[in-house]
Amino acid sequence: MSTAATDMPGNTRKAGRYVYIAAVVLLCAWVIVPLYFLLINTLSSPEAVNSFPKSFIPEFDLGSLSFFANFAGMLTALKNSIIVAGLTMIMSIAIGAPAGYALSRFDFPGKELFRMLILLTRAFPLPLLALPLAVMFIRTGLDDTAFGLALVHTTLAVPFAVLITFSLFSGIPIELEEAAWTLGCTRLTAFTKVVLPLILPGITASAIFAFVISWNEVFAAAVLTIENRTLTAFLLQNLDTSPLHLKFAGGFILVVPALIFIFAVRKYLFAMWGIANR
Amino acid sequence: MSLKKSILKITAAAVVSATAGAATAEVLFWSTQAKPVEEAQAMREQVLAGAGDVDYQPNDGGPWLTRLNAELQAGSGSIGVLGALHGDFSAMDPADLVDLDGVAMSASDTFNELAKLGTDNMQYIPWMQASYIMAASKKALPYLPEGADIDALTYDQLIEWAGNIKEATGEAKFGFPAGPKGLKHRFFQGYLYPSYTDGVVRTFASDAAVTAWEKMRELWAVTNPASTNFSFLQEQLLNGDAWIAFDHTSRLAGAFNERPDDFVAFPAPAGPTGRGFMPVIAGVAIPRTAPDMEASKAVVAHMLKPETQLATLRATNFFPVVDVELPGDLPPAVQAAGSAVAKMSGSADANPGLLPAGLGALGGEFSQLYTETFERIVLGGQDIRMVLDQHKERLQDIMNESGAPCWAPDAASDGPCPVE
Amino acid sequence: MNPRILPYVLILPVTLFLCLFFLYPFVLVSQQAFSTGSGFTLDNFKDVMSHWKFPISLKNTLYLAAAVVPFQLALALLMATMVSKMKKGRDLVLYVWTIPLGISDLAAGIIWLAIFEQSGFLNSMMSGLGFIDRPMNLLSYQTPALVFLAIALAEIWRATAIMLVILVAGIGLIPKEYYEAAEVFGASPWKRFTRITLPLLRPSLSTALVLRVILAFEVFAVVQALGGTLFPVLMGETYKYQFELLDGGSAAAIALIILLISIAFTLLILRALRVPKGATI
Repeated sequence: MSTAATDMPGNTRKAGRYVYIAAVVLLCAWVIVPLYFLLINTLSSPEAVNSFPKSFIPEFDLGSLSFFANFAGMLTALKNSIIVAGLTMIMSIAIGAPAGYALSRFDFPGKELFRMLILLTRAFPLPLLALPLAVMFIRTGLDDTAFGLALVHTTLAVPFAVLITFSLFSGIPIELEEAAWTLGCTRLTAFTKVVLPLILPGITASAIFAFVISWNEVFAAAVLTIENRTLTAFLLQNLDTSPLHLKFAGGFILVVPALIFIFAVRKYLFAMWGIANR
Repeated sequence: MSLKKSILKITAAAVVSATAGAATAEVLFWSTQAKPVEEAQAMREQVLAGAGDVDYQPNDGGPWLTRLNAELQAGSGSIGVLGALHGDFSAMDPADLVDLDGVAMSASDTFNELAKLGTDNMQYIPWMQASYIMAASKKALPYLPEGADIDALTYDQLIEWAGNIKEATGEAKFGFPAGPKGLKHRFFQGYLYPSYTDGVVRTFASDAAVTAWEKMRELWAVTNPASTNFSFLQEQLLNGDAWIAFDHTSRLAGAFNERPDDFVAFPAPAGPTGRGFMPVIAGVAIPRTAPDMEASKAVVAHMLKPETQLATLRATNFFPVVDVELPGDLPPAVQAAGSAVAKMSGSADANPGLLPAGLGALGGEFSQLYTETFERIVLGGQDIRMVLDQHKERLQDIMNESGAPCWAPDAASDGPCPVE
Repeated sequence: MNPRILPYVLILPVTLFLCLFFLYPFVLVSQQAFSTGSGFTLDNFKDVMSHWKFPISLKNTLYLAAAVVPFQLALALLMATMVSKMKKGRDLVLYVWTIPLGISDLAAGIIWLAIFEQSGFLNSMMSGLGFIDRPMNLLSYQTPALVFLAIALAEIWRATAIMLVILVAGIGLIPKEYYEAAEVFGASPWKRFTRITLPLLRPSLSTALVLRVILAFEVFAVVQALGGTLFPVLMGETYKYQFELLDGGSAAAIALIILLISIAFTLLILRALRVPKGATI
């Protein structure tokens, strides 16, 4: 156990420290190296992508990327993706977090059933549900709108929102809230002043999930948007039949915005020690 | 908090765009063809440039079908024109497609007849055609068996050729599209069976079919075992995982266009009952829910114009279905595939087959049956006779249920095609 | 507000939402599973379960989940404890470890195929280091174990971050005083992990496990990219029925079978990791 190292004296301690650092570095490499390969292939000429053995240093050929730069509709699709993902984020937290709180704080008849229903939604494949949903959307005029697609993506993201906020609310002692009540807070003010700051990182976590789920969802996006195509529907579903170098470049283009988003919100996610270490 | 601000911004933008999606007069071209990003781009910029306001959107089969069915069920929709393979259309209810008589016509009576889908009217208009051919890297040519003519190979020579390469390099270099999206079933239906049994359905479980599957096993023994991942052989030709390949002309095109001097295209091999081969037909149709019927028909008519057909050829490597003089400056892939197909259909032992017709919604199951036969016999190593006898009943059920009569090269039948 | 009504008010929005956008289409689709055109029938279930590929896909799906999920849980726990001990560079390390969150399964399939294919990066590396003379075929039907390993690795790479984030958030909520008290009594780090971290992490653990297990039963895109037709899984069969064989009834039947398996495992996990009533955390 690498964490054990800090307590042992002398050399063992030092050795443990090295093992610990080595493990961290190794795990980072495990995540990054496959992405680095994607980068190499993105920045390679078509010949290099097909060559063997592969070079491990990119040759900075921007041909594949510039193909997509000239691709009509990329920017609109990018904008649509961001709008849909943003709406999904807001809606899934707005309706998911209260339910997570209810699950963690109250015992009420039907609680188990409710939890199963929430889980059910993730255990059934969306491509099968897309047909009745599309019929419903066409009839109601939700079809081909960012809002309509966001509704479907929220269905996918809301179980994450409920369960993550549930487990985090459960981690906050009820005594904390009770103490606030005795100090004159109402349930609402106790919630906003005591619980909410504690839970913020968890909410950010579920926001990230919601964003990423929406960002990466292809099937519903392909079926339910026409004029307002998302980037993923626009690119990804046609990548597998495309030449290799474009496959990689397209994949790269899809991955980057998601990484930037996670990077942008990471401080909310990771600020939790500052708040939680009470 | 800046997060809050950005969320507000996103919401505002979303509201604006959600309300702004007003109706436009564009014709939505909903297609399963020309999917690769480059082809889709060429469709938009070249093929459809003169067709007015057309929004070309290629899709995977799943979303394509789901959206189409949703619009048909809802009774209204935005799809103006459908582009798909004959098989996709024949799986649909002809009542869902608008009759297109008089809008346009292909030059082939056979194709026009297929496009009626068993009714009296044109349900779709044949749009473009292709076929399956062989391609090889020039590195493979020195290993050709002695006396073999690459333009008139037999299956035995092909197996020997791939065997020579395997012996010399230690690697099996024949590439076969057995991947998840590979078109392997067409090889069995249009190539192997006609070449060995002179039939597809009638002869499914014949003794000649047993020989055919034995040959398939021999071929598989010299086939790159990673073929179960191959769906577009141009990739493996380019990266050298395959030196000889069988695939759809448009799925080999990338190799010829990228390195025209490195590859040769040639006809499919022949067996005891001739050189079996089969066409691929894509068509354009209009669903009954199309918002602007006249505009849709104009797009369909545009697709059949000679100059559009040539632009389509350049964009997708699918050949015209109308009579048109091919110019000399076509892309290398088109030239290579064109001459291979011409040699194949002009060969003395040519045994052309037709696409399965009349199977309706059971078309998928029909193809699945051939794929499963391959998986059990070749990959699973199960007894050929046993598998064929078991699958024979399922095949007969499919034919009876759909009522499909035999198609070439099977001898014609009254009523459902019998499995003998 | 009345505490007896309050919870219902809180779950009302999500319930209404899911009834409209999940339950309604779900009921419509499920009906198909029980009909073949005329009345109620179980024929679709009989058909799909008697198909020769069904037991193979079921076995593959279960084996893959059994190989991947426990490993991911251990890895995510290890990573979460490592990161919670970190003083410098915690943000960066955690960011790197959560990167795969943002990568869709389709993109992950593309990335890992580039590594494992015959002319891919793994073979390039091995031949560069002189281990092999010529590129090996790693994803062929002759080496099913390698195919399985490749799929499992790609899944572990792609989907461990989900558990990591949930666990890290959960660990962050464990009061520091517990550890300080334990240290005073001289508890070893391992003891502190098993006696404090693990029990107090139960809600997060069960959430992470349940979500991961459910998603593991729906695995498809990565498997298709790496395993091709060699490694059929249940979700692939579902799509085959729906979109290739145009048999919505059978597709719905397999999807319902997956759903049942998921429910069974969910109940099992929730039972095993339940926080006893009355116990405070």
